[in-house]
Amino acid sequence: MPLTEGISFDLTVIWAFLIAFAVLVYVILDGFDLGLGMLFAAEPETEDRDVMMNSVAPVWDGNETWLVLGGGGLFAAFPLAYSLILPALYAPIIAMLLALIFRGVAFEFRWRTTRWRPVWDLAFIGGSALAALSQGIALGGLLQGIVIDEVRRAYSGGWWDWLTPFTLLVGVAVMVGYMLLGATWLVMKTSGPLQDRMRTRAWILGLATVGFIGAVSLWTPFLQDGYYSRWFGGIRIVLAAGVAAAVLALAFGMFRTLRVKHHDYWPFIFALGMFVLSFVGLGISMFPYIVPTQITIWEAAAPEASQIFMLIGAAVLIPIILIYTAYSYWVFRGKVDPSEGYH
Amino acid sequence: MFDTADAVLLARIQFAFTVSFHFLFPAFTIGLASFLAVLNGLWLWTKDSKYLDLFRYWVKIFALAFAMGVVSGIVMSYQFGTNWSVFSDRAGPVIGAPMAYEVLSAFFLEAGFLGIMLFGRDRVGPALHMVACVAVALGTAFSAFWILSVNSWMHTPAGFEIDAETGQFLPTDFWQVIFNPSFPYRLMHTVTAAYLTTAFIVGGVAALHLLRHRHRRDRVSPATRTMFSMAMWMATIFAPVQIFLGDLHGLNTLEHQPAKVMAMEGHFESHPDGAPLYLFGLPNQDEQRLDYAVGIPKLSSLILKHDLNAPLAGLDTIPREDQPPVAVVFWSFRIMVALGFAMLGIGAWSLWARVRGRLDDSPMLHRAALVMAPSGLIAVLAGWITTEVGRQPFTVYGFLRTADSAAPLDAAAVGSSLVAFIIVYFAVFGAGTYYILRLMNRAPSSAEPRLKDVTDSPIRTAGITPAPQQAARHRNAHPGE
Ligand code: HDD
Ligand code: HEM
Ligand code: HEM
Repeated sequence: MPLTEGISFDLTVIWAFLIAFAVLVYVILDGFDLGLGMLFAAEPETEDRDVMMNSVAPVWDGNETWLVLGGGGLFAAFPLAYSLILPALYAPIIAMLLALIFRGVAFEFRWRTTRWRPVWDLAFIGGSALAALSQGIALGGLLQGIVIDEVRRAYSGGWWDWLTPFTLLVGVAVMVGYMLLGATWLVMKTSGPLQDRMRTRAWILGLATVGFIGAVSLWTPFLQDGYYSRWFGGIRIVLAAGVAAAVLALAFGMFRTLRVKHHDYWPFIFALGMFVLSFVGLGISMFPYIVPTQITIWEAAAPEASQIFMLIGAAVLIPIILIYTAYSYWVFRGKVDPSEGYH
Repeated sequence: MFDTADAVLLARIQFAFTVSFHFLFPAFTIGLASFLAVLNGLWLWTKDSKYLDLFRYWVKIFALAFAMGVVSGIVMSYQFGTNWSVFSDRAGPVIGAPMAYEVLSAFFLEAGFLGIMLFGRDRVGPALHMVACVAVALGTAFSAFWILSVNSWMHTPAGFEIDAETGQFLPTDFWQVIFNPSFPYRLMHTVTAAYLTTAFIVGGVAALHLLRHRHRRDRVSPATRTMFSMAMWMATIFAPVQIFLGDLHGLNTLEHQPAKVMAMEGHFESHPDGAPLYLFGLPNQDEQRLDYAVGIPKLSSLILKHDLNAPLAGLDTIPREDQPPVAVVFWSFRIMVALGFAMLGIGAWSLWARVRGRLDDSPMLHRAALVMAPSGLIAVLAGWITTEVGRQPFTVYGFLRTADSAAPLDAAAVGSSLVAFIIVYFAVFGAGTYYILRLMNRAPSSAEPRLKDVTDSPIRTAGITPAPQQAARHRNAHPGE
């Protein structure tokens, strides 16, 4: 199968991009949301926690809906991929779902009780951490490849296949990256001592994130031959070097705006940029496979009739969704003022 | 180690368990979202503060129930792939699209406007806030539309062909897929069920507070009286409507899934000249007969065929391996119908009390309404169990068997996730239910925490009531907590 040549912009490619877009939006939006949950662990004061949680409370449900779109979109547009990948990653996905339950209800439950508040705070921290870890492991598991039986169109590996040093590395990398997003989000949304602490955290987390991006990027090409030739074969090495340089440039921008210029929102934007770039890199590794190096997007695609029917809805509704999502963020814009809290 | 039969059974239990829990929340929030939109509209229109009090009272409960509905729903959308991957591969090309439409048209709408509905009144002004309330209610209705279309397609598949090579269902006509034969009935019956569920919960809470102050009626707030009256109107009007819709639904099922109706009726044998309506009996599937049957002759033919002597086929015409489990269907159907008639009774009783001007002053009615508070939730579950178990042994009726739908998983994997779901659901949703009941235990009053306290800052969002004060109040009220 030729890898990159001859990609016409057919419906299947459009759907692959749409689903990648949904996943990217999810990673960015729920990324800072989950990262903030993990940072709860480092902020024991109730007031600080209230401020932190309230900075995302009106939007968290919308953030998570992108996950439902990513999963539901995969089901609808690439049913074969959905039915191969989910059983292969059974344990991390179930763990993620359970973790999202704990952190999701914590948004409401922690305000309904004082005695049990520490328990729901713990549920928020633990749920956020486990969800991030599972997402990273799932990503790693997909990248390293899954065993399938092409004749039966079914996953044919065991239920612990996903567990390898590589997947654990990706899991931790995602946790650290999400925390960086969370910390820079809080630099933007808070003020005073809490913001100062977040600045320091963002700086350290930024260094760690760059390190993890490097480690995962260097390991990935050696997982499967396909990745290696894609990144280092011939002229492509220039592309690889370019992506690496761009990540470093963004990281530099983030450190400068964070530490030197004391900007409030630029660090967040730079951190987002690092995520977008890593995501594009991932796309280069995978395209046009949806189950790496075994099933291409065309092999897994739903029939054209389904693709067209859905595309009509997506073309109308996704722009509308983006508009009212942006509106909702705009309504709740600005700093969270701790003195306005409940006392 | 790898035992497929066990893995399928465990996957079925897991799906039934998680979806039953999930549906309890939408059953309540579909109705409550509309109720809140109506209350907010009435407040804006009449400026009578009792409506605002009621809005503030119920919106807190709504937020809790909604959060639980969302997290349990996310589980559902991944269950198809994790546990029913063969089904997903085959049916995905057909039902994936309506499910994607559900995400795009319903879930985003709900989630996008929920924040504004809960916390944005003072930030966006009353008009846009009203828009947000309506958007959330519409979102819940769209969600019901799409997911019930998908579910109905699995009962009465239409508008597809089967790919000989891959075994996939391929859509030929999406209009027929969406508006498949059982969909209109299921949609109407289920949405009405959600409204009744909410009405009985609201009515039960109102009845509780009316009963508490039955000797000092001046202590009962106008808000409490109003919500009792509104809930009873809903019962009076929608209980008979629901019975009518249920009857239509049954006739439709008789046409498309006769085996299910045979199981509901307990008709193991065919009745060439008039079938009895069995009120009671113990289905004995091994012997293929109904033990200890108590029935009214010919009534079933009258209900199903509108003719006393119409012949009705029984399960003896269905091969054993295509029969659904009769006992579960038979009993869950009777529970639902009994509750439907009990609701009808409450509706009529309240109408009579209302006509006599004694709606607020009928302790017996209030006791009955209090007992009936969970009746909608129970009837909804019983109804779904009738429908779904009656579809067995198929996932896509007549085309794909349940045993052939499951993911190729180790029984150990499914078993451990099932245990995890059971523990987490009971612990987490148990706690949530307790918080809801605690909020309900307090009567709505004009001291209902001002939304202003809540909404004029970006930070007072998640907790809609000032949590410490409220918790302190509760500690006083329940020193044991
Ligand atoms: C979109 C599809 C869909 C929807 C909306 C529902 N179900 Fe369902 N249900 C299924 C799709 C399905 C399924 C995936 O197709 C199952 C799994 C195994 C099977 O045969 O059907 C199933 C099985 C299943 C079973 C087990 C039947 C058996 O194994 O004997 C029960 C008790 C329920 N469901 C209950 C419900 C309830 C309470 C619902 C209320 C919301 C519900 N279902 C909605
Ligand atoms: C197996 C079937 C089902 C799946 C896969 C499913 C999936 C979901 C998902 C993913 C959510 C969360 C949406 C969000 O993130 O905001 C959700 C919530 C919701 N679902 Fe379901 N659902 C199912 C059955 C049903 C049924 C049968 C109904 C109604 C008739 C329904 C009505 C709703 C509603 C109204 C919500 C909003 C939350 C709430 O009100 O509690 N769902 N569902
Ligand atoms: C005497 C009154 C009632 C009758 C005759 C009736 C009839 C039916 C029938 C025949 C079904 C099965 C449909 C199928 O074959 O798939 C059904 C399902 C159902 N019922 Fe009822 N019903 C009644 C009352 C109620 C009440 C009071 C509620 C809840 C408040 C309710 C909620 C449901 C639900 C949620 C379902 C599953 C969804 C569906 O298939 O529509 N029903 N009902």
